[in-house]
Amino acid sequence: MPIGWYLVVSALIFSIGAAGVLVRRSPLVILLCLELMLNAANLALVAFSRMWGHEDGQVFALIVLVVAACEVTVGLGLIVAIYRRQLPIDVDDLRELQG
Amino acid sequence: MSAVLFFIAAIGTITGAIGVVMLRNQFYSVLALVFHLVSLAALFLLLRAEFVAAAQVIVYAGAVMVLYVFVVAYVGGGEEMSSRSGLRVIGPLLAVALAIELCVAMLGTALKGISGKGAPYVPGFGTPEHIGKLFLTKYLFPFEVASLLLLVAAIGAIVLARRRRGLEPDQKLEARYHPLRPAWTGTMAEAGGLTYFDAPVAQPEAEPVEQSESEPVGSES
Repeated sequence: MPIGWYLVVSALIFSIGAAGVLVRRSPLVILLCLELMLNAANLALVAFSRMWGHEDGQVFALIVLVVAACEVTVGLGLIVAIYRRQLPIDVDDLRELQG
Repeated sequence: MSAVLFFIAAIGTITGAIGVVMLRNQFYSVLALVFHLVSLAALFLLLRAEFVAAAQVIVYAGAVMVLYVFVVAYVGGGEEMSSRSGLRVIGPLLAVALAIELCVAMLGTALKGISGKGAPYVPGFGTPEHIGKLFLTKYLFPFEVASLLLLVAAIGAIVLARRRRGLEPDQKLEARYHPLRPAWTGTMAEAGGLTYFDAPVAQPEAEPVEQSESEPVGSES
């Protein structure tokens, strides 16, 4: 398959993830949609690495994987902390920092 | 053959992604993401990135998703109300615009390699051997920084999520988000979702029922 098809799939996944971040209200699902966007970037990186025949893009994709795992860990820790304080788990209600 | 496999995997990834966004139940969203990740690993295999595909399945679908399932079970992922802001309408429109723009930008480039099948295949491309060599020679510094980042994230998650003394539910915040009402009143959904009956917050001089129902702060969508 031409590389362009992979890029189109990556663009579609990225915009679906962006729509999820905008529409959903639960921080858990927003984290899932962030994962979708990072995976779309990974797919584009791996496709370009295939296009050039270098493995550097795959190394970059693995680093993105590590960063995504860190982000999930800290995000889920924050959600558990919010739940422990018995605050609503809802991004529309948690607006303490909005000023 | 590779075209058929590509279309199966691509449809799998896109339906998985749509499922994550559209499904109301958070458990089903997580399961849809697992499906998406497995199909994405198939796409990586088609691109001859064997090590990335294996790492994707093991790290994401194996470890991170188990963490997600545990947190959803702990927090109690119920049905989610739809958003009340205007983003519910504007968000999908923005996403469609973004998709069209990205497709135009990527397919309209003058890159000649986009229409080709990629560089000629070298035996050993994408195997753990090659990736490991790159990680330990050319990309040694990012490798070490990534390990440090993982350590910091693990410690940060423990600090954030542990049970702390002196951080009991704040009375002011509590009253703001859950207006007080006498115990054993209210709907069954509230009794099932929130357990603040036996918390020390429920004092006898709670507000009357009419007042707490007349100004719903955070409970109504």
